Amino acid sequence: MDRSGVRVKNKETIGTAINPKQEVTMVKISRGFVIVAIVLFFALLATPALAQRTEVQFWHGLAQPLGGILEKIVADFNASQDKHHVNATFKGSYPDTMVAAIAAFRAGNAPHIVQMFEVGTATMMAARGAIKPVHELMREAGVSFDPKIYVPAIKGYYSLPDGRMMSMPFNSSTAVMFYNKDAFKKAGLDPEKPPRTWAELRAAAQKIRAANAANIGFTCAWPTWTQFEQFSAIHDVPLASKANGMEGMDAVMTINSPLHVRHVQTLIDMQKEGSFKYAGRDSAGDALFPSGEAAIIHASSGLRARIMREAKFEWGVTMLPYYEDVKGAPKNSIIGGASFWAMTAPKRTAEEYRAVAEFLKFIGQPEVVAKWHMDTGFLPVTFGGFELAKAQGYYQKNPGADIPHRQMTRSEPTENSRGLRLGSMPEIRVVIQEELEKALQGAQTAQQAMDSAVARGNVILRNFEKTNR
Amino acid sequence: MQRRVIFSNKRLPYLLLVPQLAITVVFFFWPAFQAILWSMLRQDPFGLRTEFIWFDNYAVILSDPLYLNSVKTTFIFAFSVTTIAMASALLLAFMADKHIRGAGAYKTMLIWPYAVAPAVAAVLWLFIFHPNIGYFGRAMRELGVLWDYKLNGNQALSLVILVASWKQVSYNFLFFLAALQSIPKSVLEAASIDGAGSTRQFWTIVFPLISPTSFFLLMVNMVYSFFDTFGVIHALTGGGPGKATETLIFKVYSDGVLFLDLGGSSAQSVILMIIVIGLTAIQFRYVERKVHY
Repeated sequence: MDRSGVRVKNKETIGTAINPKQEVTMVKISRGFVIVAIVLFFALLATPALAQRTEVQFWHGLAQPLGGILEKIVADFNASQDKHHVNATFKGSYPDTMVAAIAAFRAGNAPHIVQMFEVGTATMMAARGAIKPVHELMREAGVSFDPKIYVPAIKGYYSLPDGRMMSMPFNSSTAVMFYNKDAFKKAGLDPEKPPRTWAELRAAAQKIRAANAANIGFTCAWPTWTQFEQFSAIHDVPLASKANGMEGMDAVMTINSPLHVRHVQTLIDMQKEGSFKYAGRDSAGDALFPSGEAAIIHASSGLRARIMREAKFEWGVTMLPYYEDVKGAPKNSIIGGASFWAMTAPKRTAEEYRAVAEFLKFIGQPEVVAKWHMDTGFLPVTFGGFELAKAQGYYQKNPGADIPHRQMTRSEPTENSRGLRLGSMPEIRVVIQEELEKALQGAQTAQQAMDSAVARGNVILRNFEKTNR
Repeated sequence: MQRRVIFSNKRLPYLLLVPQLAITVVFFFWPAFQAILWSMLRQDPFGLRTEFIWFDNYAVILSDPLYLNSVKTTFIFAFSVTTIAMASALLLAFMADKHIRGAGAYKTMLIWPYAVAPAVAAVLWLFIFHPNIGYFGRAMRELGVLWDYKLNGNQALSLVILVASWKQVSYNFLFFLAALQSIPKSVLEAASIDGAGSTRQFWTIVFPLISPTSFFLLMVNMVYSFFDTFGVIHALTGGGPGKATETLIFKVYSDGVLFLDLGGSSAQSVILMIIVIGLTAIQFRYVERKVHY
């Protein structure tokens, strides 16, 4: 059947065209020529650039819209020079990204740069053979780099006690207090005078509830981070010994201090009288403020963007409160967020490390820092970035947007407010949340909760020490 | 003699088995072996320092009161989920099996929840039960009931049991319905003529006849509630408040993936594997005796 069909077709072609063979060949030649020409053209165009460019794999954990803004910065870097090319890939949430990077490292295939959340810092630092410390990277690559441009409380979180930087800060946030001005007015409070201390905060929350200006007086997101980590830094009390673990893996938890217990008791009392509501773990509390449900919230400074988008009321932002009678308070707050780590892999060349170094330097430029800060609400990680945003009138147009930076820089970081470096910090965070929950349930006292958190936290710390010895 | 003629090539049957065996080895035996090996190691997440410590991980786990509490939670959880999911599915299937108007649509709608991913299901339920933004949560507050599963452990456990059961009802429903439809009508008619009521018919005829299906579903539901309910718990409560909803499988995940304790997590999954193998063996040994095929 097939053959006869072909034969018929051939006959027809021969019959209809005068010089069919020649025509077909000509078409073939010209089409082939065009294809070859196109291929050659692109090959000539692309080869020199590709051959010289060093490819760098960069894994990040920022979902949209933040991820898109970050990828734009990467694109800017790629366009700014023709030697290096960074490929940014979204790898899921921070924990997902961390697990992906670890699995890739074990397979001998680690990305050049990975974004790691702040509580993964101790794990990364302990992984000596897997990471390339930033100070070493910059020196070996011969890239001039001044760590002093970074805000001390940010830099300190990612540096060794002697000041050598281990990873590159990028997206840092801190905790601040947002409050609903409409609810304040309704409760007869001065919306321009937000509470400064815990006593004032409690009084305000009580008034708000008494006037029923909101369903919840005070709540918080990220309970461990806002009520224990930030709290300790601001009051200059240690969360753990050895400068919160910065000076050695043999640190022990110290959150059963009288001040910590007193604070848990305050939360319990406030819950009992109805002025405080526990909103759940991690970011679960975030939703309660923009919806108008809660009048006051302690949350990440990064919540600002969502509030601007969703809140249908007037709101303000101010610094976290403190206990007035605590000596030395208030100190600077500490950060959350993530930094960039350079990773090692077998057969990684000096040229690749150089590309990594150039990229990490690029993201510290004032223009990049200021733009990221203004686009996303994260902190300006360098003073240059802050000054540039100020010069561009950002803080005049957005009152309160400078509060996180001012709170971060209001004092020289002390041993207790430089940051945390505790092994398995994600697990310790959960432990503290669990014990706080049990205390708020009434299943244990504030003292029992904090004692238990210390005991369980110490087990985790000793395990980490044993594993990473 | 016939058989020998058909399989003249002795290698062919093995060849045909290879793909299935390969899948079993690669996706079951190999990971299981890895888990057993890792459970005897102490290593950092990056695999830079590895130490062989025999059964230390097991000793640590089994002497941890929090772990034993998690075992208790898991059994309460699994028992409740299996009971609720099977009982309600059987009831629904029994009703759907009757001649009612729109039975087709009714049956189809009952099957839908099975197509919903666990995490999505959890979010849907969150919108209903959230103490501040959920419909049910708000209604309870209006009624003056203290509904707050974020702080009340029993409420949290009830909630995850409810959602996990709901996920499984459709699956059980399908099997029960098929089993009910395969019961010969003549038997039921004979019972009716003898004057047996609906309840009596169910317990003396229907229930024994669907026992193979029930037994199969019992196994499947057990395994489901032990292993597959992770998504629901993760999205709804994250194991909290306190440790009220931390089941074994959730603990394996959080210790291994979030807290990067690979040895401890592996040891836990080996223990979990042993528990489920044990339960299955017990069920085959004792429950299956009462099953009539």
